[in-house]
Amino acid sequence: MSAGNMNLTLKVWRQKNTHSEGKLVTYPISGISPDMSFLEMIDVLNEELINKGQEPVAFDHDCREGICGMCSMYINGRAHGPKRAITTCQLHMRSFKDGDTIVIEPWKAKSFPIIKDLVVDRTAFDRIIAKGGYISVNTGSVKDANNIPIPKDKVDEALEAAACIGCGACVATCVNSSAMLFVSAKISQLALLPQGQPERNSRVLSMVEQMDHEGFGNCTNTGACEVECPKEISLENIARMNREFVMASLTKKKKKNTGGGAG
Amino acid sequence: MISIWKKVVMGLTGLFLISFLVVHCGINSLIFLNDGGKTFEAAGHFMGTNPVIRIMEIGLVIGFLIHIIDGFVLWYQNTKARPQKYKAKGGSANSTWYSRSMGLLGTLLLLFLILHTADFWIPNRANQFTTGHELPLFERMKNIFSQPLWVVLYVLGCISLFWHLLHGFRSAFQSLGINHSKYNPIIKIAGTGFAIICPFVFAMMPITMFFGWIK
Ligand code: HEM
Ligand code: SF4
Ligand code: FES
Repeated sequence: MSAGNMNLTLKVWRQKNTHSEGKLVTYPISGISPDMSFLEMIDVLNEELINKGQEPVAFDHDCREGICGMCSMYINGRAHGPKRAITTCQLHMRSFKDGDTIVIEPWKAKSFPIIKDLVVDRTAFDRIIAKGGYISVNTGSVKDANNIPIPKDKVDEALEAAACIGCGACVATCVNSSAMLFVSAKISQLALLPQGQPERNSRVLSMVEQMDHEGFGNCTNTGACEVECPKEISLENIARMNREFVMASLTKKKKKNTGGGAG
Repeated sequence: MISIWKKVVMGLTGLFLISFLVVHCGINSLIFLNDGGKTFEAAGHFMGTNPVIRIMEIGLVIGFLIHIIDGFVLWYQNTKARPQKYKAKGGSANSTWYSRSMGLLGTLLLLFLILHTADFWIPNRANQFTTGHELPLFERMKNIFSQPLWVVLYVLGCISLFWHLLHGFRSAFQSLGINHSKYNPIIKIAGTGFAIICPFVFAMMPITMFFGWIK
């Protein structure tokens, strides 16, 4: 069934640039197939706007298969729309009814400035990663699979945390615009594995500091992020980050110049 | 201060205030013995004069102040983190309203706390300071709770406390990094149980006194 038979009213956030005022603009749209993805529906809208000589709606997208995390849209008050554990590109029009009004907004947070229409600047996440969300030694060539024994449950937890695609839905949906789910996932994936140990303490300290510096809010444990996260990142990661942070702060030694060191 | 420290302070002071509620609720429940407030006033006398308790009371005041100030700092920063609000709201689909309204519930509690300390704690300590004698607290309770408006205000305070604790009890453990599938169920049950029982027992005090069930 791919007949285009849905008529919808879209209210889309239009904003020229970061510094201009934005507002919701109403666009009636018809002939939408329930099998279309949400982004394809926006493609249809943009096609119509272009044909009418109007400016198309700017929106982010790349993979369109739920792995890149670009397609940030706040749909009817929910990050990535009404379904759980999916991105906007995985949302289909069959999740809506003929005649529905759909409000489409960009992520709204001080730390994610709007660039244009539905496109926001998420480089705050990149700056947090740059503060230690990696391992800075060369791992060399591929090792024997069981060279480093890692308990199965730790591997599972690390891989679950590593599923985070940096989409920002957690920030967008949080009343406090807190980035703690994202940051905790990035800290956990390394804190749980042997490879992450050498920089474990400095990583959590500097990433959390950068998170605050970017102006994200403070988590109050509402749990909204966990519900809206397309990768179902668990709140357990935030608890782990809190533990990691407190332990790292309490055991941090004053920096002293030990001299020497490899060049 | 780093966000996570603010959270940890919130959790620690929150649990500390919960421990205070246990003691406060336990001692006040002695009025339900219906012995004309005898046992209650004896316990009150101990709490109001024992030097160790009086020193702990200073800790309690500081605990309240830190919790309240930290709460307002969190609330202020969190409001600032989203200067422009969404037009469409769908928060009810992913979280409870009371978990999103801890600042508001805390403010209601603060207003109640001002009213409540002005009714009992402040005049009693002031009297102790000036005359060296405690006020007859049981009589005072009966007088204050003979006014319908005060009964309503106190019950509203208890309702705010219920919502604050329903989220706060569990939230404190998460803030302190305690989230484990083995212990989460017991924390949830204890938190919900405490959030219901403690404010209920408190609310019964003005209600039973108003209706004259406590002589
Ligand atoms: C007997 C009184 C009180 C008790 C037992 C109590 C308990 C708690 C607990 C356990 C939490 C959760 C802490 C966490 O999430 O880590 C909390 C959070 C909070 N409390 Fe209280 N509280 C009390 C009074 C107040 C008052 C008077 C205020 C006044 C403003 C207040 C403001 C807040 C705020 C804003 C939060 C949210 C912070 C957050 O979720 O991170 N509380 N409270
Ligand atoms: S934690 Fe989830 S919601 Fe947040 S950025 Fe990662 S994938 Fe997106
Ligand atoms: S476009 Fe890549 S996740 Fe949606």
